[in-house]
Amino acid sequence: MPRQIAFYGKGGIGKSTTSQNTLAALVDMGQKILIVGCDPKADSTRLILNTKLQDTVLHLAAKAGSVEDLELEDVMKVGYKGIKCTEAGGPEPGVGCAGRGVITAINFLEENGAYDDVDYVSYDVLGDVVCGGFAMPIRENKAQEIYIVMSGEMMALFAANNIAKGILKYAGSGGVRLGGLICNERQTDRELELAEALAARINTKLIHFVPRDNVVQHAELRRQTVIQYKPDCQQAEEYRQLATKIHANCGKGTIPSPISMEELEDMLIEFGIMKTEEQQLAELAGKEASLCSAG
Amino acid sequence: MSLDDQNDAAFHEDIIKEVLAQYPDKAAKKRARHLNVIKSDEEAGSSSCGVKSNVKSVPGVMTIRGCAYAGSKGVVWGPVKDMLHISHGPVGCGQYSWSQRRNYFTGTVGIDSFVTMQITSDFQERDIVFGGDKNLDKMIDELNGLFPLNNGISVQSECPIGLIGDDIEAVAKKKNKDLGKPVVPVRCEGFRGVSQSLGHHIANDAIRDWVFDKTSPEWETGPYDVNLIADYNIGGDAWPSRRLLEEMGLRVIGSWSGDATLAEMERAPKARLNLIHCYRSMNYICRHMEEKYNIPWVEYNFFGPSQIAKSLRKIASHFDETIQQKAEEVIAKYQPLVDAVLAKYKSRLEGKKVMLYVGGLRPRHVADAYDDLGMNIVGTGYEFAHNDDYQRTTDYLKDGTLIYDDVSGYELEKFIEKIRPDLVGSGIKEKYATQKMGVPFRQMHSWDYSGPYHGYDGFAIFARDMDMAINSPVWSKFKAPWKVA
Repeated sequence: MPRQIAFYGKGGIGKSTTSQNTLAALVDMGQKILIVGCDPKADSTRLILNTKLQDTVLHLAAKAGSVEDLELEDVMKVGYKGIKCTEAGGPEPGVGCAGRGVITAINFLEENGAYDDVDYVSYDVLGDVVCGGFAMPIRENKAQEIYIVMSGEMMALFAANNIAKGILKYAGSGGVRLGGLICNERQTDRELELAEALAARINTKLIHFVPRDNVVQHAELRRQTVIQYKPDCQQAEEYRQLATKIHANCGKGTIPSPISMEELEDMLIEFGIMKTEEQQLAELAGKEASLCSAG
Repeated sequence: MSLDDQNDAAFHEDIIKEVLAQYPDKAAKKRARHLNVIKSDEEAGSSSCGVKSNVKSVPGVMTIRGCAYAGSKGVVWGPVKDMLHISHGPVGCGQYSWSQRRNYFTGTVGIDSFVTMQITSDFQERDIVFGGDKNLDKMIDELNGLFPLNNGISVQSECPIGLIGDDIEAVAKKKNKDLGKPVVPVRCEGFRGVSQSLGHHIANDAIRDWVFDKTSPEWETGPYDVNLIADYNIGGDAWPSRRLLEEMGLRVIGSWSGDATLAEMERAPKARLNLIHCYRSMNYICRHMEEKYNIPWVEYNFFGPSQIAKSLRKIASHFDETIQQKAEEVIAKYQPLVDAVLAKYKSRLEGKKVMLYVGGLRPRHVADAYDDLGMNIVGTGYEFAHNDDYQRTTDYLKDGTLIYDDVSGYELEKFIEKIRPDLVGSGIKEKYATQKMGVPFRQMHSWDYSGPYHGYDGFAIFARDMDMAINSPVWSKFKAPWKVA
């Protein structure tokens, strides 16, 4: 059985970029990898395939009639150093049920042997666990380890905590574990400390702090990972470190202990990210006072 | 009606206690509010029979209720004969409601009438994921080509439509323009509400929003124009009803929705008076027509001679003396028929005890028809009635009558076993279990493939059927299990 991992996190946090760079580093370490993109945007494999967007399982199925009419070769492309790439795909925004699409696509891939002969299966999943369909990769016999991509921004922390709730829900029945947090630097205040503090609070660890570097954007514009674009740069080294840590993290996942909204807010106040109501009121009063004196 | 007689209140209270004792505490507490014995001297709650209604069934019990889709497609829209009704979603809901209820209609199936046909968009995985709107669009074109004499199309939503948020309204608007025929989207997803009742309401609202005022029917309103509302023409019920109204000088310009055409619904706002039979399923549209078009409405009951006479007089009171005079003539004209029916059957049925469990109207509406035959309702209950239905029920029933709302399979079986009535009137799901207990049974949803039961002609058939069930020689051959020992 391949080791199955999944990347979750708030939308726009850099899940797809982080996961593809990490997987490119893993393949350099001699691992055989399958990527299962579970985002209707279908952008989980473009850096590996160096293409615009890959044809998705669901679009091909819709064209052919149903998934039963598809062959595995139709939906699987091979990219950087032999990484196998698939995208579940889904409907255009505002119609149909993308969650059901993820379930259909994953079942198709599994039944047709896409998981045979690989060391890693990696799921890249849409922003938040919005419905049962997007929780598919963390249910029984799917991903065993979840890596949450986050940053020091408030909403990213909220999302991370929510995803931990989703993992906790299935931890008993399916054995899914939280592998750790990956902090994608946004250069917010006390970011590293905050990420470590949250990790400690929800019973996991910060597996790696990925610094911000513009080379990632340069590589992305060329539809490449940093590993492929500038293998010798410092950022490529960061991703290699992350890959090494994930590789060594096998079986070390934990059952998360997500915290309540209040606890999370208290933590943010403690770190000076959120202001208490008294502080907010004091500030407002100050503003009004200055306005009055100016008037 | 002899309301002076009483049913055995103490006995009924005891069996309620006995039945509830079998439940876990929480379920017993919930179910206790739905079971009661009518007592007119008690102030509190007696106006609504003292039961709670129209709430979620208790999990784990067998309930007889249907869903919102059943209420819309199965009851309100399905009988509109010149429209195509699409069961929009996976195949099951349409498949298992194929043929409709026994909504009789004139016309040729597949040519100008489509009631007993079953049309489904047969959702596949692809439709769930990518939405069923494109399919629906295409299907409506194909249907219109296959059945060019259809006058309109309704889209009856099954559960997945609401789950995936399919925009059937947009498709309906577009196809309405394309075809120049009404296309009515109905949001009757089965998971909505606690029973089929919400489906009736949603279906009524769809008539209001998608049929009324969309066309300008050329119709010159006559002084005696009425709509016959919420008679679904089960076994042809609406036909004798219509005949009675016409004999008393009224002009029935719409029959809803048994044997109905879309045109009859479109011109309904032109009537002088709405006559409503099944209050539960169509009071909404009557109230709307009253508010918007100033059309008063009156509830009537065409089961059994005493209620028929009462109703004919009540209806006539909304018109001039000519009509009132004719109503009396109609009542007098049919009196010999009534006398003949009573002479033949009353002695065979007198004193027989009846238990009923039906949908939202008949648990009270048929009571006096039984009473006319000398029979006694000892227990009755509704599947999906609301408080206002129970308020209307007390007038019909004697003190001490057992009332059971949304009764479970277990409760009804126990009640029958304890009371040992001479007849049970309910549905197909109750029929065989009851007969196996050695108790005669008539289906009161479908009239057991007989009918019509409305009107004077219907009363004769009703009396014959009840006699046939109760006095069948088969029961003398039947040793009930509890009599063996």
